[in-house]
Amino acid sequence: MRESVAAAVPADPFLPTAFAVTRVQRETGDTATIALRPPDGDGFVFQPGQFNMLYLFGVGEVPISVSGASDRSDAVEHTIRSVGTVTRGLTVLRPGDWVGLRGPFGRGWPLDEAKGRDLVIVAGGLGLAPLRPAIRHVLAHRADYRHVAVLYGTRTPADLLFRRELERWRGRLDWDVLVTVDRADPTWRGNIGVVPRLIGQVERVLEPANTVAFLCGPEIMMRFTERELRQRGIPPERIYLSLERNMKCAIAMCGHCQYGPLFICKDGPVFPYSQIEFLFEVREI
Amino acid sequence: MAGLPVAQPVGDRAVMEREGLQRLLEILGARGYQIVGPTFRDGAILYDELTSIDDLPVGWTDDQEGGTYRLRRRTDQALFGYGVGPHSWKKFLHPAVLRLWRARRDGLGFQFIPEDESPPRYALVGARSCDLHAIAIQDRVFVAGPYVDPAYKVRRENALVVAVNCEHAGGTCFCVSMGTGPKATFGFDLALTEVLEAGRHYFVVEVGTERGAEIFRGVPHREARAEERDAAERIVARAAERMGRVMDTTDINHLLYRNPEHPRWDNVAGRCLTCGNCTMVCPTCFCFIVEDVNDLTGEVTERVRRWDVCFTTQFTYTAGKPLRLSARSRYRQWLTHKVGSWIDQFGTSGCVGCGRCITWCPVAIDITEEVRAIRETDGARVGAVERPG
Repeated sequence: MRESVAAAVPADPFLPTAFAVTRVQRETGDTATIALRPPDGDGFVFQPGQFNMLYLFGVGEVPISVSGASDRSDAVEHTIRSVGTVTRGLTVLRPGDWVGLRGPFGRGWPLDEAKGRDLVIVAGGLGLAPLRPAIRHVLAHRADYRHVAVLYGTRTPADLLFRRELERWRGRLDWDVLVTVDRADPTWRGNIGVVPRLIGQVERVLEPANTVAFLCGPEIMMRFTERELRQRGIPPERIYLSLERNMKCAIAMCGHCQYGPLFICKDGPVFPYSQIEFLFEVREI
Repeated sequence: MAGLPVAQPVGDRAVMEREGLQRLLEILGARGYQIVGPTFRDGAILYDELTSIDDLPVGWTDDQEGGTYRLRRRTDQALFGYGVGPHSWKKFLHPAVLRLWRARRDGLGFQFIPEDESPPRYALVGARSCDLHAIAIQDRVFVAGPYVDPAYKVRRENALVVAVNCEHAGGTCFCVSMGTGPKATFGFDLALTEVLEAGRHYFVVEVGTERGAEIFRGVPHREARAEERDAAERIVARAAERMGRVMDTTDINHLLYRNPEHPRWDNVAGRCLTCGNCTMVCPTCFCFIVEDVNDLTGEVTERVRRWDVCFTTQFTYTAGKPLRLSARSRYRQWLTHKVGSWIDQFGTSGCVGCGRCITWCPVAIDITEEVRAIRETDGARVGAVERPG
């Protein structure tokens, strides 16, 4: 499950393949999900938590986690926030446009390790995107897992991703899905506060020594969440975090994504906390 | 002069007169190699194309110290009587600028045009032991797999190496500390030791590969006599004793991992200009950035990669902001990677003790001195660790 390398290693790992944009879904004011069709009707095989390098013609390339694949193999989804030149361009694409794609890369979420255990999934903001394939996998194999909790926090209600899917998830009775916002608006009737505070609402059903946690979001959010989880007795080797760094190659050659001795692209982006503990508290590492 | 050319087995030593080197270059040229090696240019010894031994910096040597590089005349006509200059062989094997591919618009979409390059087959003449280690280190980055850089692979596989053992240790050399020299022990087709003694000028040649043996067959030579072998060994042993610097590498990766808040990082940040010279001259620094270059019509674009420098703030630009903003964190990254985390990444240090980063640092920051300072006060901290808030 946590193999870092795609099934086939291309002869030229720098050369992207052209994928057609089949659908664009605006998620929030600055975020959109684009669905891409693999060429030649091939399915796109990936593991939840892996990422692709998406190339916008003449502009550049950025690492983006796979945020979902439909049952039909013709749509691999990426949820992208507009923060720079490339991501701005990617979020305003239209069906019929094309992008280049290399991937998938990296090690994803350890869904096998979580089997037979309690699973707590904590997402902050855009961090829900790399977790969505894992969440969908858990739902598709619900019986493999014991108690499952999904905790999701954003800054405001307008920043919630996958709103309709989130509401469907909340409608199920076989798990807990809790949502919170840092700042409410007049329509909000839910939790207010940072996402680590939701842990208290689900801790009574978790057996800490037998719980696996998946975390994705801003590092500051993961830092507080990881502490809360460890304080409750969840072992650091079962707390998994997805990290993000600048990447130019995704194959451990360009040097940009180094995190101490680790390459985020090859050794991550998902790491057990025990592996990165000596780096995680260091500023500007 | 020389006896009949005989096939010299791998591992054997032969003696070749000074003129034999000219013959060797001619053979390499005739076989289609682009011969590159040390030349005298712009007051420095730079690796460039060689057409004959007259292109070598004949009779020159160098004085190197922190932030200082000066060439001066030797009293003899040695061909390789100097240390390493600002260039390294990575400029040939991992070019500073390289086009990866092009793409052309095609309706709403576009088509990728892979590079179909046939780079020169290089003969690297005059590579020192530290540089052979540096090449082996870059091999682990680019061709050890599972992903392979095709541009590096083709250049590397086609390259022939004529190494030269060092008779001269620069003021900033510390290959003995790093276990990387001064004697070439692997990674060469032929290795030369230049001997100028008792009015004679010749090379003791060690054959490293069958390919080297085969090429050397065309060069007049004879088996080395015991005293000639001894002379060659003595020359390298003398260079080993004259290292300008030392570095204690004991448990160095963990030493640096446990000292990310050491006050020495602030100290060095007060001197470091974050210019990146050290990364440019380093024979193992491999980082690159990619750039997309468009033609005026917007119909054709190309992706180019260039050597990059971890001393820029742009290097860590992620989701809208740079992560290593302070000079302290950027120097810490470079040094910790070079001599520490490299070991965990690739099973070898990233430093070969060539001293280039010391010589070419405009403010004479010395990697061996920085490591020593941290080791001597292992565990020192600036205040308390800042907690996130």
